[in-house]
Amino acid sequence: MDFLSPLQDPNVRWVIIAVSLICTSASVVGCFTFLRKRALIGDAIAHAILPGICLAFMIAQTKNPLILLVGAFVSGWLGVLLIDLIVERSKLKTDAALGLVLSVFYGIGILLLTIIQSSGNAAQSGLDKFLFGKAAAMDQQDVVVFTIFSAILLIIVIALFNTFKLISFDRDFALVKGFPVRKLEFLLSVLTVLAIAIGIQAVGVVLMAAFLITPAAAARYWTNKLGIMVILAVLFSVASGLLGTYVSYEIPRMPTGPWIVTVLTLFTFVSVMLGRRKGVLYNILQRQRNERKMLRENILKCLYHLGEDDGRFGQMRSFDEIQQKRAFEQANLLKGLKKLKRRKLVKLYNQQAGLTEKGIEAGARITRIHRLWELYLTQYMQLPADHVHEDAEAIEHIITPELEQELESQLAYPLVDPHDRPITYNPNQNG
Amino acid sequence: MDDFWIILTGALVASSCALLGCFLLLRKMTMVGDAISHAVLPGIVLAYLVAQTRASLPMLIGAALFGVLTTVLIEVLHKNGKLQVDAAIGVSFTWLFAIGVILITFFADKVDLDQECVLYGEIAYVPLDVWISNNGSNLGPISVWLMGANLLIVLAFVLIGYKGLLITSFDPMLAATVGISTAFWHYALMSAVSLTTVLSFESVGAILVVAFLIGPAATAYLLTENLRKMLFIAVGAGIVAAVGGYLLAVAVDGSIAGAMAACIGLEFMLAFLFAPQGGLLTAKQSFSKKDKQVVDLDFH
Repeated sequence: MDFLSPLQDPNVRWVIIAVSLICTSASVVGCFTFLRKRALIGDAIAHAILPGICLAFMIAQTKNPLILLVGAFVSGWLGVLLIDLIVERSKLKTDAALGLVLSVFYGIGILLLTIIQSSGNAAQSGLDKFLFGKAAAMDQQDVVVFTIFSAILLIIVIALFNTFKLISFDRDFALVKGFPVRKLEFLLSVLTVLAIAIGIQAVGVVLMAAFLITPAAAARYWTNKLGIMVILAVLFSVASGLLGTYVSYEIPRMPTGPWIVTVLTLFTFVSVMLGRRKGVLYNILQRQRNERKMLRENILKCLYHLGEDDGRFGQMRSFDEIQQKRAFEQANLLKGLKKLKRRKLVKLYNQQAGLTEKGIEAGARITRIHRLWELYLTQYMQLPADHVHEDAEAIEHIITPELEQELESQLAYPLVDPHDRPITYNPNQNG
Repeated sequence: MDDFWIILTGALVASSCALLGCFLLLRKMTMVGDAISHAVLPGIVLAYLVAQTRASLPMLIGAALFGVLTTVLIEVLHKNGKLQVDAAIGVSFTWLFAIGVILITFFADKVDLDQECVLYGEIAYVPLDVWISNNGSNLGPISVWLMGANLLIVLAFVLIGYKGLLITSFDPMLAATVGISTAFWHYALMSAVSLTTVLSFESVGAILVVAFLIGPAATAYLLTENLRKMLFIAVGAGIVAAVGGYLLAVAVDGSIAGAMAACIGLEFMLAFLFAPQGGLLTAKQSFSKKDKQVVDLDFH
């Protein structure tokens, strides 16, 4: 397989392992920062890390990834502490604290970097690669360090998964329950800094934020469950990581990090459009489905009302008769009736339609809910009887059987609605 | 003389940014400034490819287009996509920045740009690029003229728009009831930020723009409650940081932009610790952290 041929290159294998690890740890931590509405803290930490890397290099005079990682970690963590301190002890809001720490730390980092460069230290060449990443140039030593720290991070997250879940979704509840919320939040911050410090040497400062936020944002469109969200985020992230690495291998000089981020963002756009939970397209389909359902229920109700008028519920009626009772559009009426026929709720032939046994029951239910709701509005909301029809027209389509029962018992099974029309109950139901 | 031009450029950028930064801060939108300053990168590269020149006008247009595109993308993800706003900002600007880096590498042989120069800028080169008039006289660095013009535009914007900006920043509800368009002032402010960011780019780089946008405004915000005073203090703090940063950079032989950002941080720290009201070390602590928690608990 041609696609797999790069794998024979050991350097490529190291890069693939490292990229997968970085993507995994960043996207897992990212899900929590996303849910805690701190998506941009990743950006701030990524910038705040730079002076630490420079200082570590100045002190140790080496580009050893472990030492740089320690420096990065310390200054990233200091950045988080300062952001929290500023928000807690001044009038400034989070966004200003983030931006301030981000730009000032980064500025100090650049200052230190230029001091190192002008000092003429031979070992410094390549240190500025931390700004923009060097994913394609990672070697075994980098990978060993990344692997150890990613493993530690993942073990901690898995071990404390449920607790982190609680403080992300319901901080107040966790406080009341006596969880050490502050300590746990602190631990989460530490893990975030760690994930960024691991990734930054590969993807650079600016793009690191994307590795945290973007997979979580994409995953959020598909599920409400944190566990599934984390798994999806990791899948999106690792898939993008591998694709990005492949592109940069195939096309000479192409940077890995930006390609990974571009693929990741495409995943997000697709999720925004198609996502099952609240994607744009899903919402449109849902709305159409609701409209069709309302049409069908209105037809049933109309046929039932006709039945009430002359006492013959199962009678076949011409389309004209139906449209005189309620102004359906011809095309809509036919579409709705056909669908109802398939569900065996109406009989349909020869330009005439009538309710089946099942249809009579369904029409009665809709009518009942409408009248119950009108009654509810007049009794509990003190609305005049001639104002309640519109509301009931809207609500009747979304009342569940449970709510229906609740309404019935709250109103003590009334027999007539505010307009003195009968409310008939289903003989098959108790009550 | 070079020193003078560099400090003057820094001071001009600082003043424009400080004025706009105050309004960004009050609207809790400072991170949008950060996002714009990164997201205009592809606009600059594309403009460069199309116009084949580093002249400022094409770049300005390209970057301004992408500045607006960023704010629109954020709005669409947030409003239509129902993505929380901070995530919408993060997703948008990192993506556009990534596109910019890819474009630079893709056209590396045609584009005389690199991401480093865009991100840090090099204010030290300001005196080298001078405007020579037709009869051969030296009119000073181009950057000084550009940043001077930008400052005039920003000043005019703030003076003319003062009321609109004030009301829409502090009380959007009131603005809506008296018929002042929040959206108009939002996009007007964003355009001014885009313009300033892009013009400042070449001379001082993206990061220093962000530092100038946020730092002086945040410092001033800690020192006063009055918007007029806040604007003056912010401009003052920006200029002092520009001068102090230059001196620091010369003393340690390092990046001027970096040193200016460091001075901005120092100023903020001083205000944070010693502000007459609310300073960490000066004010009486009305609420310690523990009290706050008790209050929170009582409230629930």
